[in-house]
Amino acid sequence: MERFTVEALQAAREDAAAVLNNPDVIQLMVCGGTGCHATGSIAVIDRLREEIAARDMNDKVRVVETGCNGFCAAGPIMVVHPGDIFYQRLKADDVPDIIETHIINGQPVDKHFFKDPISKKKIPAQSEIPFFAHQMPRALRNKGLIDPESIDDYIGRDGYQATAKALLEMRPEAIVEEVKASGLRGRGGAGFPAGMKWQFCQASPEAVKYVLCNADEGDPGAFMDRSILEADPHAVLEGMIIAAKAINAHQGYVYARTEYPLAIRRLGIAIEQATERGLLGDDILGSGFDFHVEIYQGAGAFVCGEETALMRSIEGRRGMPRPRPPFPAHQGLWEKPTILNNVETLANVAQIILKGGAWYASVGTETSKGTKVFALSGDVNNIGLVEVPMGTSLRQMIYDVGGGIPRKRKFKAVQLGGPSGGCVPEAYLDTPVDYEEIAKVGAIMGSGGAIVMDEKTCMVDMARFFMDFIQDESCGKCTPCREGTRRQLELLEKICDGSGEAHDLDELERLSAVIKETALCGLGQTGPNPVLSTLRYFRDEYEAHIHEGRCPAKRCVALLKFEVDVDLCTRCGMCARACPVDAIEWEKKQLARIDKEKCIECLTCYDKCKFDAID
Amino acid sequence: MSFAFRPEHPDINPDMWIQIDDIIAANRFIKGSVIAVLRRCQDVVGYLPVELMEYIAAGMNLACSDVYGVASFYALFAFEPKGRHTVKVCTGTACYVKGIKEVISRICNEYDMEEGGTSPDMRFTLEPVRCLGACGLAPVMVVNSDTHGDVSSDKVVDILHHYE
Repeated sequence: MERFTVEALQAAREDAAAVLNNPDVIQLMVCGGTGCHATGSIAVIDRLREEIAARDMNDKVRVVETGCNGFCAAGPIMVVHPGDIFYQRLKADDVPDIIETHIINGQPVDKHFFKDPISKKKIPAQSEIPFFAHQMPRALRNKGLIDPESIDDYIGRDGYQATAKALLEMRPEAIVEEVKASGLRGRGGAGFPAGMKWQFCQASPEAVKYVLCNADEGDPGAFMDRSILEADPHAVLEGMIIAAKAINAHQGYVYARTEYPLAIRRLGIAIEQATERGLLGDDILGSGFDFHVEIYQGAGAFVCGEETALMRSIEGRRGMPRPRPPFPAHQGLWEKPTILNNVETLANVAQIILKGGAWYASVGTETSKGTKVFALSGDVNNIGLVEVPMGTSLRQMIYDVGGGIPRKRKFKAVQLGGPSGGCVPEAYLDTPVDYEEIAKVGAIMGSGGAIVMDEKTCMVDMARFFMDFIQDESCGKCTPCREGTRRQLELLEKICDGSGEAHDLDELERLSAVIKETALCGLGQTGPNPVLSTLRYFRDEYEAHIHEGRCPAKRCVALLKFEVDVDLCTRCGMCARACPVDAIEWEKKQLARIDKEKCIECLTCYDKCKFDAID
Repeated sequence: MSFAFRPEHPDINPDMWIQIDDIIAANRFIKGSVIAVLRRCQDVVGYLPVELMEYIAAGMNLACSDVYGVASFYALFAFEPKGRHTVKVCTGTACYVKGIKEVISRICNEYDMEEGGTSPDMRFTLEPVRCLGACGLAPVMVVNSDTHGDVSSDKVVDILHHYE
């Protein structure tokens, strides 16, 4: 493979753009993200290729397996260009009909259109579906538009133009200035200005430095980084090359979670292709600048998302954090100056270099610029990946983009920032997406996990869930985190089991304060947040558990009676049909009765009963 | 090339020993590669018996305690043999909110096993794992490498039934 010069890169861009934008070729973009793979998109792609080959239409139709489209709830997804027609929940057997009716005869097949959960209207065009219409893709600008395993597709969408500009036309100081002007802040959670971090590292006189990409996306309920790597891996590589030029580093590592095999595979292909074309490796684009990237797979430890722990892990040691200072910008990996940026942060860098920091900062709030990607999930209609401008309210995100709460249930809280974050209740839903504003209501922006919870979620149980996570993932190096989180978990378990006492809540608050003050790293310092935020907004639920022996959301098994409420039961039999062990006796028009001998307390009947008649 | 005296082990056959030696040979001079070596050796044997960790330590010129210290730190490494099929259940927040707890208790009841344990007939190993990032499909279960989305306590047994 020929190594690119700048002229060759420009020629390749024109060729690739001509293929991507060819008006005579129908493009079928099928989602190949992890979600759609699981629901069968590979079978759909195979069938498309088969049927198209059988009809001898290979020169008229292009089938592309894209990265994550973002609308995971509707998979497998296919978008047809031109026309922007969005098909959802496809099966391989739907393929012949779509090819005959739509591709050959030009009539889109409306039975696979998206149906709006509120208006019940069918919407053919992707751009008009509310889930997409309110978004502003920047980090995800290539999502669903390119084949992530083809560097040509990426180059056709202005790929590696920013690399060429940064390596051949810009001085390192100018790169840092541009990133500082953009106001880009760390998207991994803490929100430290990326340009500042680069400047600190740039100032170091050491000869050996490193650029690291943090793809150890460990927060439960977060899948932004996975989707970016699956949809547009070259954008992340470009961000790393530009960062390397800014600080004069020649070696980079991507630390990726082992739970993300597809993302790792696609990133590996991207590195290989970029190296072949001379866009990575020695003398990139003839600029004389060298930069090599390797993937480093994690081995399942949440704390390795913390920067100093991540570096220990790359060094082949136990991934335990160390006190800072010295900060990694001075002493990081192998004790050399190192910058570590999150996947989403890096995915924004090429755009900033190409279009300018002022362009990036043109949207957002006073202190939070640009856009933020969220992984919207839980009890919400439109589950998926959302990129919204900073300043969008949480309400807009959940109701306009997310389509509201399913099954006519009531919204209770949205959990932001994973185990380090907090729950935001209804009263604060108009809070804008902004680092400082979200912190004021007791949560954090975090990496972007947004889990919506409806009225059937017990907030004490949620706090217990997060504390179980934190105490299990605590590395054990510092006492406040190792012991404190475990004591907190014991208290929460006691409350969920119905043996909570009044002073337990004070004890929880006291422990939280101590852990926040004294823990060594971010994991411990933020660990008590889920407890504190639920205590702040849902104290009544804690009190109901302790004083009344009652779980208002009916989730804590120890506090449930497993009896049918005679007054509320409508005798519909839903519970009896749903019971997996036939423990519910019911006959037509008769009251249901639970046989406690047979009952395995799985809560299926609680979930199925629409009348709240099981106590 | 063998790096130390090869101990007898019922779960490691001669062919596996050759692969293990290749893995060590390829990595022994690479700084910080012990995690990758442990991962590949576990892929070969299925888990990490103590004898294997001692052998890796000798081959990598590390103290046994260093190797064990690393292996015991990361959730990926197992010290016990696994069942014929590995059932990973996602315990991320989205899956939790959507009922993975009920799915887990159903599996445990049905196959007489515990979280993290193996059924007595060595058919399944149940591994609760951290968020798989497939929250759109919650609750999620991965059997070997097949991802099953939207599982429920009543559906899960039908799914597992297909894995003998």
